[in-house]
Amino acid sequence: MPFDPTIAAIRFGMGLSPTIAPPVSVADMLARLAGPDTIAAEFPIPTYKDVYPSPLDYLDATRALNAARGTDDEAAADEQRRQVGQDGGEAMLSFVKADLNRAAHTEDGFRERLVRFWADHFTARSTKGINRHLVSPYIEEAIRPFVMGDFAEMLIAVVSSPMMIWSLDQHQSMGPNSRAARNNVKGLNENLARELLELHTLGVGSAYQQTDVRELAELLTGVYANVQEGGVFRPARAEPGAERVLGVEYGGGEVASIEEVNAGLRGIAIHPDTARHLARKLVVHFITPTPDGGLVDAMAARYLEDNGALMGMYGVMLEHETAWAPDALKVKQPFDFIASSIRALGVSRDEIMNAEKGVIRRSIQRPMTVMGQTWQRPVGPDGWPEEEENWITPQGMAGRITWSMQMPRTLLDRLPDPRDFVFTALGPKPPEAVLFAANAAETVSDGVGLVLASAAFQRR
Amino acid sequence: MDRRKFLIGGTALGCSAAASPFVTPVAMAAAPWDARLVVIILRGAMDGLDVIQPYGDPALAGLRPTLFNGNAADLDGYYALHPSFEPLRPLWNTGEFGAVHAVSTPYRDKRSHFDGQDILEAGLPNLTSGGLRDGWLNRMLQVVPGLEPEVAFAIGREQMLVLSGDAPASRWSPDARLTISPNARALLNVVHHDDPLFRDASDEAIAIAEQISLEADLAEETEVMMAQSPMMETVSRGGEHVKIAEFAASRLRADTRIASFSINGWDTHARQSNGMRNVARALTDTILTLKAGLGPAWDKTAVLCLTEFGRTARENGSGGTDHGTGGAMLFAGGALRGGQVIGDWPGLGDGDLYAGRDLLPTRDVRAHVAWVMRGLIGLDQAVLEQAIFPGLELGPNPGLVR
Repeated sequence: MPFDPTIAAIRFGMGLSPTIAPPVSVADMLARLAGPDTIAAEFPIPTYKDVYPSPLDYLDATRALNAARGTDDEAAADEQRRQVGQDGGEAMLSFVKADLNRAAHTEDGFRERLVRFWADHFTARSTKGINRHLVSPYIEEAIRPFVMGDFAEMLIAVVSSPMMIWSLDQHQSMGPNSRAARNNVKGLNENLARELLELHTLGVGSAYQQTDVRELAELLTGVYANVQEGGVFRPARAEPGAERVLGVEYGGGEVASIEEVNAGLRGIAIHPDTARHLARKLVVHFITPTPDGGLVDAMAARYLEDNGALMGMYGVMLEHETAWAPDALKVKQPFDFIASSIRALGVSRDEIMNAEKGVIRRSIQRPMTVMGQTWQRPVGPDGWPEEEENWITPQGMAGRITWSMQMPRTLLDRLPDPRDFVFTALGPKPPEAVLFAANAAETVSDGVGLVLASAAFQRR
Repeated sequence: MDRRKFLIGGTALGCSAAASPFVTPVAMAAAPWDARLVVIILRGAMDGLDVIQPYGDPALAGLRPTLFNGNAADLDGYYALHPSFEPLRPLWNTGEFGAVHAVSTPYRDKRSHFDGQDILEAGLPNLTSGGLRDGWLNRMLQVVPGLEPEVAFAIGREQMLVLSGDAPASRWSPDARLTISPNARALLNVVHHDDPLFRDASDEAIAIAEQISLEADLAEETEVMMAQSPMMETVSRGGEHVKIAEFAASRLRADTRIASFSINGWDTHARQSNGMRNVARALTDTILTLKAGLGPAWDKTAVLCLTEFGRTARENGSGGTDHGTGGAMLFAGGALRGGQVIGDWPGLGDGDLYAGRDLLPTRDVRAHVAWVMRGLIGLDQAVLEQAIFPGLELGPNPGLVR
């Protein structure tokens, strides 16, 4: 099966666009990914380190309010704290818009897809109302810079990120024999260690035992986060002595350090089971629910050969013939459905940027919830499900059909002609039935809506 | 007869209850049991000490100088009912409403809503060893093979972890609308003709939407049944929670056996008496709507109202209460033995409180839920203690089920 630009844009990118040409080859796709991240520069999202309001901003405002209680300044301090909360909501809104604009206007769609794939692989859920807007900054800091690099570096960035630390309770974990534990009843919390092995690296049912979970949890002690400093390493919380994870000894230095933890993470990252788990997940996400064993093996082998670099593994996937099979076996998740619709409709940067809060709620966030994907709030640390049956439910389909029929005209002053739009959205060879429907619809908005609601557009 | 073919005709819609997309013409094929279980998650942490007030405990008055104000009327000589819950008193009197007190999930000390709700819905003893993947209602469905998705319904805007997982379950939100012209609908059939997944989901979506927007027979029937119920006079119609309860009732009268949804707003840190009034209204409306809408099926129904944790025994400086530990589970339904407050009361005296501040939980609330599931559905002890609620000791039967 040869490379196909339409499939490249739809299956491995953010979809077709009336103004942006699809990639011309696998080499072209990989070159764009290896090049500068221009779309992120154009629509910036702050990293956790730089974000306003930060958890510390909330804390400061709360402290100011507590100090002002009963004084003349109380009302002003109360107002100030409310403002910080409101700013968090505004920040989140701006991140939704930035993500939409990146998806709608990028020439490097594979990067956007990989960012969402890895952000889901390393799902960090907000654990407090004040963290709700901090998932995007987490992704910007710990995921996005690494999607074309080494998996181990991404893993290290994730494990030292306060959002992941809080999300999986690592801040509550301390070595039972650590100095910090002497004055404290707290002990080891295995949550991060277990998810790290089960979800992030080797994969469930692979070559690790409960003792590996425990040893890894001990190795991770000292990894900590607080509001003031973000992610930090606290030697006083670290369990003394070396730990043996998957047969390799880590740590045991005189003073525990983050380097010992990172050495362990690097070791786990290039375990053969990790290679297979990551390869399989990529194929399941991008190509098919039933991956070709040979492809998974080849990708895993390349990953190990490259010492955990991701680019080579992506290349093996994209060079494989199943990548270009004409049958579209995956369904777009709700965000990608909406974002690729906006891209196909050619909604401009400014229209997205200047959209009011209510418009984004009504046209993006609420419909996503109806379709089963509340913005950045999957129910568990294992992220969003891959199975198409999970998304194409009666309610999910009601959401997709209604969005297709209603939203384009609220986002655009002038809808495209459905007879052209069917080619813009689906490429030069749309299915006969969709072509027929686009021409037979009684209104322009029905015609556009039918194209977007079609399985041909919803699949990739 | 193929249910979908039956629906595609369209004309059958709205003619009878059998036209509902969730009622197969083959009677009662959906689940091997007939009892109904409704799980309501009260998000925000309900103050059990305020809803079911232990006025027989001499320490209560000192802890709650403004919240405990003598407005609550007696239930059983020891506990009194918050006045905003009075609409449920007729159900108390007939043994269809009751409470379990001084209970909680195994969650301790951190008192975070998100973690507390995760533990409540996951049914796990803690989150420290990972494994947050699915909810206990879903695991219950997983042990019964071959269930249809419409057996269980998660309703509302909230993601319901309690019903999420590998077993198929349905979802519906009052936000879900389907707006499509008849012409576009016909063309959509053409477009999806060769893709069974999209075709079937679209057909069902259209069928449900038509049923809802046309207020087809099931909804009308609910209306009629509710109009006949004198208790419904107190219910303010039109709120979202009432819509959800009506929808749940209409499903539960048909093939659905399990429904779950949330009622939010229980986080009463300040001016609790105001907050409690609104949220109590939502819950009492919901229960009364369920009863009226379920009709005869109410007698086979258990409604469990669970919250992530209780609130501090002492009221705070702003007329509210803060995050605590032990609390109450409210329950209703003709399948349960109401008219009683179940539980081993730990006392509110100085040495009695958990960590010096909270009502001490004397039993894992999961045990009560498990006993209800055992009584209604006949699940094995081992299944309950291992698959559904890992780490639970079922313990003695609290006598919740009739």
